[in-house]
Amino acid sequence: MFSEWKFAAKDIAEKPDLFTSGHRACAGCASATVLRLIMKATMGPTIVTTATGCMEVASTIYPYTSWKIPWIHTAFENAAANASGIEAALKILKKKGRIPQEQVDVIAFAGDGGTYDIGIQALSGAVERGHDFLYVLYDNEAYMNTGIQRSGGTPLGASTTTSPAGTVMPGKLEPKKPITEIIVAHNIPYAATASPYYWRDLIAKARKGIEVNGPAFLHVFAPCPRGWRSDISKSIELSCLAVETCVFPLWEAINGEYQLSAPSKAIALKPERKKPVREYLQMQGRFRHLFTPKFEKVIDEIQRITDERWQRLLKKCSMALN
Amino acid sequence: MAVAKQKMLALNGDEAVAYAVKQSDVDVVAAYPITPQTIIVERFSEYVADGEVDTEFVCVESEHSALTACLTAAATGARAFTATASAGLALMHEILYVTSGCRAPVVMAIVNRALSAPLNIHCDHSDSMVERDCSWIQIYVENSQEAYDSIIQAFKIAENQELLLPVMVGLDGFTLSHTLENVQTLPDDLVKKFVGTRKFPLVTSHEGKNVPFKLDPKKPMTIGPIDLYDYYFEHKRQQEEAMQIAPKIIQQVHKEYAKISGRRYGNGLIEPYHLEDAEMAIVCVGSTSGTVKTVVNELRSKGTKVGLLRLRTFRPLPVKEITKALENVKAVAVMDRSLSFGGHGGAVFHEIRHVLYDASKHPYVVNYIYGLGGRDTSPNLIQKIYRDLQRILETQQIEKPVQFIGLRE
Repeated sequence: MFSEWKFAAKDIAEKPDLFTSGHRACAGCASATVLRLIMKATMGPTIVTTATGCMEVASTIYPYTSWKIPWIHTAFENAAANASGIEAALKILKKKGRIPQEQVDVIAFAGDGGTYDIGIQALSGAVERGHDFLYVLYDNEAYMNTGIQRSGGTPLGASTTTSPAGTVMPGKLEPKKPITEIIVAHNIPYAATASPYYWRDLIAKARKGIEVNGPAFLHVFAPCPRGWRSDISKSIELSCLAVETCVFPLWEAINGEYQLSAPSKAIALKPERKKPVREYLQMQGRFRHLFTPKFEKVIDEIQRITDERWQRLLKKCSMALN
Repeated sequence: MAVAKQKMLALNGDEAVAYAVKQSDVDVVAAYPITPQTIIVERFSEYVADGEVDTEFVCVESEHSALTACLTAAATGARAFTATASAGLALMHEILYVTSGCRAPVVMAIVNRALSAPLNIHCDHSDSMVERDCSWIQIYVENSQEAYDSIIQAFKIAENQELLLPVMVGLDGFTLSHTLENVQTLPDDLVKKFVGTRKFPLVTSHEGKNVPFKLDPKKPMTIGPIDLYDYYFEHKRQQEEAMQIAPKIIQQVHKEYAKISGRRYGNGLIEPYHLEDAEMAIVCVGSTSGTVKTVVNELRSKGTKVGLLRLRTFRPLPVKEITKALENVKAVAVMDRSLSFGGHGGAVFHEIRHVLYDASKHPYVVNYIYGLGGRDTSPNLIQKIYRDLQRILETQQIEKPVQFIGLRE
């Protein structure tokens, strides 16, 4: 299905950035790193569209832009519809000979708010219609651009400004929506999860998503120090811990066939490597209230849900242990 | 150029629109069905199914995505069309502003229909009148022939390199959309030649290069960035400056089209009917003007000096033309098929009275709210309006500046 793409760290380092520095992302923002890495996976002519959100406002402010490729933003809930229109135009203009006869790749970036919540309709429609584009969800687990409000991607127990931890409420009451599984259920040819800590895996998956014929969905974990109340130097470490605790396992679904990616597969094969969620949670101020006698049980619940989802994933990957 | 030999087809308003789109070498159609616009989408789907068009048809999951896809297709260099009505237009509201703000020359047919609640599928102008401030050119047509002609003209207007503003063409739901009419159609190749292929003005990119205004991998450009208090205001003024030159371009395209088709609708902006010596006039938009013309003919045959001003282009508002057409009339009745709740009359009334404030003479101007939710507007009602105007002239008094007509008391 995919051409073998071999690349060395040197190739990636030497490839000129298409998402350039000078943008206004916060210190320690993993989303900016994610965008930069994904743009390293492009090869030919590419058009990018971005939903309203952190990466849109941080990467452009008139008259400046971080984008070295053609880029368009229209609104919040329609990144996938943006891509649909671009792809449809490219297809017909090429057919009519009005643009060069070459493959132009289309990538849409949207945050968790623009994907799990307000953008899911446009995304579902575009995937169902089978447009040829890569949709990248950079998931910082809340509406960070508007000031840390909960989204469908916010995990259980996280304190946000609209799910604040109070004297009776332990932060968000609901677990994260399984967005990537929902997209896989559309019979999408390629879907995957990725983490910037495993940058090589991330770039390779972005490349696969670009190359696949039809829609592709890439769900990338993106710690946000401002919203997570975490140390700005720990974003990549958190991206590692999320995988090691199985809070955010790495996997692909190629034509609906689930398979674990190497870092998660290693844990599946040696379950003793799986770290407790506590290690991941304690590095983040958004979970601080859980480390009090009143809400401690929520940590057990997060562990239970994480384990349950991990087991379910193992079954999907035909790696269930019993 | 001589007027082309044309083919007469029996088409309803929606079919006339679909036929015009078919002939206009449209690259991308993205649409979502809604009554009474559905026939446009259905006919166009048939053209696609039968290979009669070279168009990418994107059957989207909502009107919001329909307009979004047209916007980005247009930004990529395509000629793009969509159509909607009522709730569909309301759902597009956000993207209407984004489309004009991105200067994407999308063309859209609005098959005018009432807004909920209560749910109603029939004609009034509430759906598009509420969108009058969104920097789209608005043309309202009287019949299916004009719907056909106006859609073809709309592509040429929208894509004018000086203008680059989206255009909506309003046709009355059911009255026009579902009623068969003889429509004169131009030969395919002539329409294709008339609309031409899209050209792109050169603009300065962020790299300081002159590049064509579109998403081109060879000449990268950022479209739709965040734009705060330091530039946003100037960009909005640019849109208004484009609106100000639009009347010239609308008239020019209308004139060129008249040369090949032999059809004119006033000067493209307004259509005065027996206004030269009229003492009393009705102002309206859309298909009701057909009924008004019939009544004008009747009353004229009895020696009453009545006339009609049909506003074909509502945005931009043809201020000079309206003033000139109405300042010598003594009493004017503005008919509005929408209501600005709590706002002292309808949208057309607001504009007409406002324009006449600066005129050299000030006619009496009153407002009639009519036909909401598809309520029939018979010649009797139009006659009553002229009788009311007559009474105003006799008594030199306005009893009710704004009133409803054609409903239970």
